[in-house]
Formats: sequence, structure tokens, C-alpha cells
Amino acid sequence: MADDALFDFLHMEIVSHVTKSDAGLLQDGDEAMSKLEQIGYSTGYRFIERLTKDLSRFKDELEVMKAICKDFWSAVFKKQVDNLRTNHQGVYVLQDNKFRFLASISNSRQYLELAPKYLVFTCGLLRGALASLGLTCIVTAEVTTMPACKFQVHLQRA
Amino acid sequence: MAVCIGFIGKENSPLFLRCINQSQELQFHYIMHTCIDFVEEKIIQSNKSGSDVRELYLGLLYSSEEVKAYGFVTNTKIKIVIIIDSTNSLLRDNEIRAIFRKLHNAYTELVCNPFYTPGDPITSKSFGALVDELLASSS
Repeated sequence: MADDALFDFLHMEIVSHVTKSDAGLLQDGDEAMSKLEQIGYSTGYRFIERLTKDLSRFKDELEVMKAICKDFWSAVFKKQVDNLRTNHQGVYVLQDNKFRFLASISNSRQYLELAPKYLVFTCGLLRGALASLGLTCIVTAEVTTMPACKFQVHLQRA
Repeated sequence: MAVCIGFIGKENSPLFLRCINQSQELQFHYIMHTCIDFVEEKIIQSNKSGSDVRELYLGLLYSSEEVKAYGFVTNTKIKIVIIIDSTNSLLRDNEIRAIFRKLHNAYTELVCNPFYTPGDPITSKSFGALVDELLASSS
């Protein structure tokens, strides 16, 4: 679908805009990454407000995570998370076997090291959504074989 | 009739309060503050009861001789309270639900406004106008 591609292109452009400095040099530093994460955070924070409008009230954090895997993921990426694992102590691992932002990149070692910057926005998106739902957390991502990737959510208990 | 509509933020800070009679505003702030406890109590109760249906609408929170307060909590922990004059029994439960739904929709629209930072007190004019309209139409 053409309208789906629009979001992919916008995301690609955001990443390249943020990671390129004014002189046209590539910067992969922490500053660019935190900017990307921040964009994701505020997007997720606002977006979840609208998404959860018609859902019933969540009972506990597991229910929140399930909603993230199902409703949130399908709203943003048009598919659900393939696997959700937890240690029941505040660590959740969301595995997506065909992550949308990596799906159009060739699976070779050449691009593997460039992949992380395409996950940072989504990390922020997750962190923002969860923060808005009342869960403070740290989100990290890892990719071993493209286009599969894993997001690890560490909830911070009060 | 509805005399006051209030929004309370995630960390229980006041976001917005609008009432028909300006001179009663302080009194309504106190009632809003009282309602926070009732909201928390209701949420804990409904979680314990283990029923599958957990609505965002919480129903009657508090009633005194003069006023009744109805509550609503969003998934993102924003509380909405409507205060109604006790002498009025015309407003039915489903009408109150309808008002809450409109308020919730208005809030989600507001959050999409790039000039609004979530968590700040609400100063949007169109949002205020909508609340005024709801107050006027239910009175």
C-alpha cells in the first residue's frame, strides 16, 4: 500500500536528517541518537492517549505490555509483536521477526552495523507510550540477524 | 445540572477546572481534591473484584447534600470529574457517560496539538469553549 510507505519514508528521512550534520558529514554520536529517541518519546506519549481511548482499563503491567504488543504494534507497524517474554520481575523482551524499518534493508554484515539507528525512534516510541501509561522504563534494542530484532524493556519500580 | 467539570493529571496535579458560578471555584477545587482518593479506591476495588469488564467510567464518587461528583479515569491516568447539583435528578447515568466520552475525545484532540505540552495546565480556548458548551447544555 502506498500510504504505508509514506511513514517508512518519513522515518528514513528523519533518521538521515538527524544523523547528518550541517556540513553533510555523518554523525553517529550519542547526541543524534538521543534526539531521535526524544522524537520517538514525544510521539509515543501523545499517540498512546488516542490509541487507548476505546480500550478498557488495564489491570496490571502485563496487560499493558500485551496491549503494546497487539494494539500499539499493529497501529504503528501493521503487524503484531511475534514474541513477548518476561521474567515477571519487570523485564520484558519483545521480538519482531520482520521489523518494518529493517525489512527493506539487505541482510548482510555491511549494513548490520548501520541498523541500530533505525531502531532508536522505536525505542523512544515504546518508552513514551509506557511513560504515558504510568510505567517508567528503559528500552534497549538489539539486532542480530536482519530483519528480526528485539526490544528489551526494563521497568523501573518505584 | 452539571455545575463543574475538572481534569486532574497523571500525578494528581490540577489541569483544568471550569464551573458555572465563578464564586464557587475554590469549593470545587476542594471537592476535586477529595475525589482523587475516591478514584484510587475505586480502581483498587475493581482490580480486586477480578471482573473482566473494567470501564473507564467510575460512576458516582462522592455525594454531599449540595453536590454529587462522578468520575472517569483514562488509561493514561488522567482523571475527569463532573460535579452535579444534588437537587437535580434529571441527569441520567448514560447522559453522564456521554458527557465523559465527549470530554475524553476533546482531551485526546488536545494532546495532539503540538503547542500543548502534556501535563501542563490546559489553556486552549477551543477546549475551554467545548467544556463551557457541555456545562451549558447539561444545565
